[in-house]
Amino acid sequence: MIENFATEYYIVLGFLLLAIVIALIRVIKGPTAPDRVVGLDTINTIVIVGMVIFGAVTQNVIYIDVAIIYALLSFISTLFIAKYLEGGEF
Amino acid sequence: MLAFIVTFVLCFVAYLMLTTGGADIVFLGDWKILSWDYAEIIFGIILSLIVAIVARKIFVKKSFRMANPVRWFVFIGYLFYFFYEMTKANFDVAYRVITGKINPGIVRISPDLKTDLGITMLANSITLTPGTLSVDIDEDKNDLYIHWINVKKEALEDKPVNCKFVCANFEKWVRRVTE
Amino acid sequence: MLGQIADILVYLFLILGVFFNLLAGVGLLRFPDVYTRLHAGTKCTTFGSIFICGSVIIFGVRMWLMGDTNGSTLTIHTAGVLIAILLTNPTGAHAIARAAHRSGVKPFGAVIDDLAEKPAKKEAEK
Repeated sequence: MIENFATEYYIVLGFLLLAIVIALIRVIKGPTAPDRVVGLDTINTIVIVGMVIFGAVTQNVIYIDVAIIYALLSFISTLFIAKYLEGGEF
Repeated sequence: MLAFIVTFVLCFVAYLMLTTGGADIVFLGDWKILSWDYAEIIFGIILSLIVAIVARKIFVKKSFRMANPVRWFVFIGYLFYFFYEMTKANFDVAYRVITGKINPGIVRISPDLKTDLGITMLANSITLTPGTLSVDIDEDKNDLYIHWINVKKEALEDKPVNCKFVCANFEKWVRRVTE
Repeated sequence: MLGQIADILVYLFLILGVFFNLLAGVGLLRFPDVYTRLHAGTKCTTFGSIFICGSVIIFGVRMWLMGDTNGSTLTIHTAGVLIAILLTNPTGAHAIARAAHRSGVKPFGAVIDDLAEKPAKKEAEK
């Protein structure tokens, strides 16, 4: 009998949600625009990890594929926001 | 032509890794480590051909310096050393988050690396290790500007700060891998 | 026996990963300026992600050794996520730090700032 760790993984998901809420406070409060971008970047990474865990709980590999694509796309969006803040030519 | 073949093979291997779990071709019998459908393999070959035609000049540059297998083994050794340093970094950051003691500053180092790959690896390694974060790069001389969370007094004596204070032994490892 | 060791490793990695991810959030709240927040936000989430992905990988390998073929795809795809995170996270942090410095955010309480001289030089050249 394989133990599937479902309960433990759901508890971990709850803690990750707590981390996202804490980072969201920084996004709302942040005095300057780069502060908000840092908060968004952190939230992106935590969401990726949450997707991996959700894929492991439900045994659906499709969630993990989505996590790979989400990682690459969030990286590109971070680069573009950074370039925009910098104010240079593209 | 060589660039085309290298790109094609790497793309095809990546595609195969991401599409295991079929039923037609099975490796190692009962264990089913890797298994694919015929349709997926044919489609993978077509996709890899398209990608290789489009991206061969971007993916493979003129020099074949990284094709040497010795460099790959050195790179794997570097990964272990890197993981050790990274563990130290994270407990350091944990200590600073909890106590709130910081003494920051931005310093310049000149690691004197020639290749783009080497400088990228060094910058990424610096970002992930003890209390340092690469901020900017001087593209003429390959100097790096580094935000350091806990500046030591003795490091500030010479003007381009000595590399050993900021980036443990990464400079030597990166030079061994890429040059 | 091996199964029990794998179970303990899964628990340990999950606890470490969750601890560091929470620490990243707390660090974001406590530190005073953008650069130090980047220290917390990048390093801690990357390290925590390594451990959580590691726990899923161990879980997948164990599932696969018990005879479930779903485990091998789980392992390989999670390794793909791990590589993507390791490559993209430091680069994104570097981009944000550079953008912050060029848009004029000063490091809080800096002892020394070598970079402050550099952009002025570039403007003069243009």
